[in-house]
Amino acid sequence: MATVAASPTYTASATPQRSRLMSWLTTTDHKVIGTLYLHTSLFFFVLGGLEALLIRWQLMRPNSVVLTADQYNQLFTMHGTTMVFLAIMPLSAAFFNYLIPLQIGARDVAFPRLNAFSYWIFLLGGVFITLPIFFWVAPDGGWFGYAPLSGRTYSPGPNMDFWVLGLQILGISSLAASFNFATTIINMRAPGMNLMRMPMFTWMSFVTQFLIILSFPVITIALVFLQFDRFFGTTFYQISAGADPLLWQHLFWIFGHPEVYILILPAFGLVSEVLPTNSRKPLFGYPVMAYSGILIGFLGFGVWAHHMFSVGMGPIADTVFGLTTMLIAIPTGVKIFNWIFTMWGGSIRFTAAMKFAIALIAMFVIGGISGITHASPPSDLQQTDTYYIVAHFHYVLFGGAILGIFAGIYHYFPKMYGRTMNETLGTWHFWLNFIAMNLTFFPMHFAGMLGMPRRIYTYDAGQGWELFNMMSTMGAFLLAPATLIFIYNFFRSKKHGEPCGPNPWDAPTLEWSIPSPPPEYNFAKIPMVTSRYPLWDLTHPERTAEIPHTQTGWTEATQQTGEHDMAPMHIETETRTAKELGIPMPSSTIKPFFVALGIVLMFSGLLFLPKGMKVPAFALMFGGTAMWVGYLYAWLTTPLEDHH
Amino acid sequence: MSASADAAHGHHYTTTGLDNRKIAIWAFIGSECMLFASLISTYLIYKGKSIVGPFPHTPWTDPSSGKVFPAILNIPVTSASTFVLLMSSLAMVLALSAVENRGKPLPPGAGAWDKALTSSKLWLWMTCLLGAGFLAFQAYEFTSFVHEGLTIRRNLFGSSFFTLTGFHGAHVTAGVIWLGSLLAIDYKRGLQPSDALAVDLAALYWHFVDVVWIAIFTLLYLIPG
Repeated sequence: MATVAASPTYTASATPQRSRLMSWLTTTDHKVIGTLYLHTSLFFFVLGGLEALLIRWQLMRPNSVVLTADQYNQLFTMHGTTMVFLAIMPLSAAFFNYLIPLQIGARDVAFPRLNAFSYWIFLLGGVFITLPIFFWVAPDGGWFGYAPLSGRTYSPGPNMDFWVLGLQILGISSLAASFNFATTIINMRAPGMNLMRMPMFTWMSFVTQFLIILSFPVITIALVFLQFDRFFGTTFYQISAGADPLLWQHLFWIFGHPEVYILILPAFGLVSEVLPTNSRKPLFGYPVMAYSGILIGFLGFGVWAHHMFSVGMGPIADTVFGLTTMLIAIPTGVKIFNWIFTMWGGSIRFTAAMKFAIALIAMFVIGGISGITHASPPSDLQQTDTYYIVAHFHYVLFGGAILGIFAGIYHYFPKMYGRTMNETLGTWHFWLNFIAMNLTFFPMHFAGMLGMPRRIYTYDAGQGWELFNMMSTMGAFLLAPATLIFIYNFFRSKKHGEPCGPNPWDAPTLEWSIPSPPPEYNFAKIPMVTSRYPLWDLTHPERTAEIPHTQTGWTEATQQTGEHDMAPMHIETETRTAKELGIPMPSSTIKPFFVALGIVLMFSGLLFLPKGMKVPAFALMFGGTAMWVGYLYAWLTTPLEDHH
Repeated sequence: MSASADAAHGHHYTTTGLDNRKIAIWAFIGSECMLFASLISTYLIYKGKSIVGPFPHTPWTDPSSGKVFPAILNIPVTSASTFVLLMSSLAMVLALSAVENRGKPLPPGAGAWDKALTSSKLWLWMTCLLGAGFLAFQAYEFTSFVHEGLTIRRNLFGSSFFTLTGFHGAHVTAGVIWLGSLLAIDYKRGLQPSDALAVDLAALYWHFVDVVWIAIFTLLYLIPG
């Protein structure tokens, strides 16, 4: 660490230049990993969208023959699986990676190499579960893969093998990342940043990490049972052996409902950054916003059986789960009102991000209210497994999570690339997307109320569904150009966007106090945080007059540790190298990639077992295990930083 | 964790003053709680639901062959293995204490026992051996159950029992490997008080795995029916 004085003549060429691919494969920088997540999950988002287009093409007219029933099953399964596990979750992870360390004033996440591992195993798991759709052997049991239907008896092919193993691999990624981010948020905040000064995105991410930590092991076990049933002949989901046909449903939804909040809370967090910044006002009711996020997360574990009202759990269970479900509307409603009050009396700037954020409020209210209608079991019995449900969850996931993520991308793009996205194209994207999503999903309410079931590959004419299906399909095909505009804008703006300074939106939190894009070490001097909006304390003290603060920040930390790289709240404009500043950075390493690859190879081996191909099965399993154990050993015995 | 360990490594300021790894291991243990909760719940849900035997606490006569299968669970043997595993936790505590207190002078009049307490190698060996002893008991248990006609495919009891206790056994195995690697470091360069955190992390994991076994032993073995 004492190398500052020794290296005044440092130049970039002094480090060996690696190819771009190698620099990605070996990176441990949370910002690079964040952008890798962003690009990968946008790719999967487009792929999931194309799957949806095929589905809508098939459903456009009655008795259509665009797809076979089998192909249709694979497409709706992969559309759901892709959007949940490969698009929305990793899009959120892109923001966790990029923003959390910047928002809390840290130089990286707690475990940079584990972070790289999380990304690589997500990418490889995503490829593993996606490849079969190109050969029409993709999973076909729905995104919630109900056992016993997903067991070997009813799903004999390799389709569901890909699903079970793929989700197992993706679960490892989410869990590894959640330990990392929970630790980062608990332990790496800049001095002065107590919990009630954390930016709201970090708060919501914090809650999300706990949801992942506590809910993913449950689906891991549900999948282990299914995996054992399919590959080793156990009886967990075998009804003939006396198994309970509801075991999977309970385990899946104990995971699955928290998962819904895992998808939506990060988007809520992003919107809670966009709204105050563009209203030029502090977030209304900050503590209540944080508490209601915690409450949503807490209650989220007590509502799972509302996905199962139609299985006949009896009046007591139905009542309890109906009530807990309605309770969740309270903290969610609090958030909605607080966002509106944040804008109230503000000096609003309608950036593209702001438009998406406001649209989220409106669209999420529609999805939330239709959700309340099926919190009541008698009402739910009319709606369950119809297109009404499809309408509901697309309003919360597209109208909520995706709109929030778009808001986040427009808002944070300048931080990531030092250039703003084109606002005109952003407005086009917004309006086209907004109209198209309502055209797609709103008619589904009516189709559902008229009795159109989910997951059917075609339907007969004369049931009153034709118009609504035609409208939905038109809407879906309008979403395609909207998304294309966005993709074009995204890639064009990276090169040709308007260059911007560190803080183009005049935002209040730490990530905007450093250059855009940030240097590898993020903060040359770790700032001492004076309030919830430390940057406004410097630039717009009048806006933060009413919120609690201390003028100096917490100086105890420096006295405690004697560290000299902390400084009172300030704005950094100079970009120097970490070496010049003497900041130790984690060294690049390929090991996390190979650990991830080894694990994926190990799981792939199982695919050959049902076919009786023991040689490739055991070769892959043992080879993969040897690979990940070996590289893990090398990883653990190599220090993180090579400066000693 | 001692502040001196931090200072020795020149660690950065952290919000809680704790090392990141300490926070992460607790998050991991929280996750593991839900993992075992799911396994144990499934076992309990399936208790008494198996259509064919053998059963855990009662004998079963096969109606087709007339063959009698005795009750499967052998509580005296498992009590012994439980005792072995619990004693390994004691050894673990002593190993950590030996590492933390390395280099401190013994009080005047210290006997052989006080000396033994300062040997981290001894107590790490003890922990590993007791853990391995528990695994040997489990291997014996599994083989004898299979000989008695209970396999993982046989019935709901077999599936849920072997999966749950197998997962636990795999955790113990991972723990033995972890402790073995600490032991290797101890032989190579001697574990110092600055390594206490590394031992502490392994110890937290080890105690957690033991606590899970107490839940399994109580719910699976001791409660009949």
